[in-house]
Amino acid sequence: MTVNLNSVIQTEQIAKIKCLVWDLDHTLWNGVLLEDGEVSLKEGVADIVKELDRRGILQSIASKNDYQHAMERLRTFGLDEYFLYPQIHWSAKSISIESIVKSLNIGMDTIAFIDDQPFERDEVKQALPTIRCYDAANIAELLDDADFNPEFVTDDSKQRRFMYRSDQVRKELEEQYEGPQEEFLASLQMKFTIAPVGPGDLQRAEELTVRTHQLNTTGYTYSYEELDALRQSPNHKLLIAGLDDIYGSYGKIGLLLLECSEKVWTLQLLLMSCRVMSRGVGSIMLNHVIRMAKEAGVVLQAKLVPNDRNRMMSITYHFAGFQEVERTGEMVLFEHQMEAIPSTPDYVDVQVQSL
Amino acid sequence: MEETKVKVKAFLSRFFRKSEIADDDDIFALGFVNSLFAMQLVMFLEKEFSLRIQPADLDFKNFRSINSIVELVERLKQPA
Repeated sequence: MTVNLNSVIQTEQIAKIKCLVWDLDHTLWNGVLLEDGEVSLKEGVADIVKELDRRGILQSIASKNDYQHAMERLRTFGLDEYFLYPQIHWSAKSISIESIVKSLNIGMDTIAFIDDQPFERDEVKQALPTIRCYDAANIAELLDDADFNPEFVTDDSKQRRFMYRSDQVRKELEEQYEGPQEEFLASLQMKFTIAPVGPGDLQRAEELTVRTHQLNTTGYTYSYEELDALRQSPNHKLLIAGLDDIYGSYGKIGLLLLECSEKVWTLQLLLMSCRVMSRGVGSIMLNHVIRMAKEAGVVLQAKLVPNDRNRMMSITYHFAGFQEVERTGEMVLFEHQMEAIPSTPDYVDVQVQSL
Repeated sequence: MEETKVKVKAFLSRFFRKSEIADDDDIFALGFVNSLFAMQLVMFLEKEFSLRIQPADLDFKNFRSINSIVELVERLKQPA
């Protein structure tokens, strides 16, 4: 079986929308809350919010309004729970959006903003040129827009809002926590699982290659069919990682592709969802492969395509004991020195499953 | 040099449970070096001491102990 590895570099594609930021007055509802007192939801809006949620697209709010008052209204509409980090205050909407992006830790080019006022859209567009702005007048067409239609809707996409919500709770707790970070992480009782990609993981695996930019060593993306071939290929190992802790599950959050020849194993791809960046689990899968390579007595190499966003992966390789051996074009090839193998942090329970 | 050491120690104390890390302790052996810590350490050093750590200096041996971190910072700081 031959495996087609003609993969696309992610940065050349237009990223799908990960989060839609809503204005409220004259956009989500008819009327101006503070002037009219009573407002009614725009026709079809509740269905749009719920459908986007089902597709795994996160939603937030940038509205110039009174916070308590507006949240109260959203509650009576039964929609308040759908919005993460709602920004309801009087600052510029570009500032609200920046704050949402920072809290969610997703790329600025994966955000859409919908507002009825050209002034607000222009203000956002000018300050943050990569944001895609939509006129509230076209709200009925939103669900058909290609940018709002992820190729796959997986179990993980449907859970996405809940995972970000529990992450929000965790962050608040972490901020209140006074002891060292190590102690806080230990209190989470994290369970990290590493398993070969199974047939049921393929959609999520593809989704991870398409969605993950910051913690991605090469940015290679693979189609469902390619991944299915790779997972069954005798010359490859395709591993997926999951993470759970006392607050819930993060779902499947890491993917690793290893190309194995007789004497050399090459890491083609290592990625981790940005969602778990603050959990300090980034190098666990890597360490696992380093130990496997050492046991097998092979040379372990790793590819990296550096860009302005994935410096953390370069640092991860360096700190895990890799050294640069070659540069070709934009690709850097690392080789592990096998002198010291980093130990796994003792605050995580790591479970490795075999086929 | 002393000032650098004090700053590095203060930074590390935010991460490690062990209350006093000796200058020569191998921090990688303390079991808490993860990719997040690595990134935070690199960013902290670059910002605090206004320097840029190039890939050639990202060797983990340069970050192994307080002494080696201080040595790296002093070396990178010198030519303005």
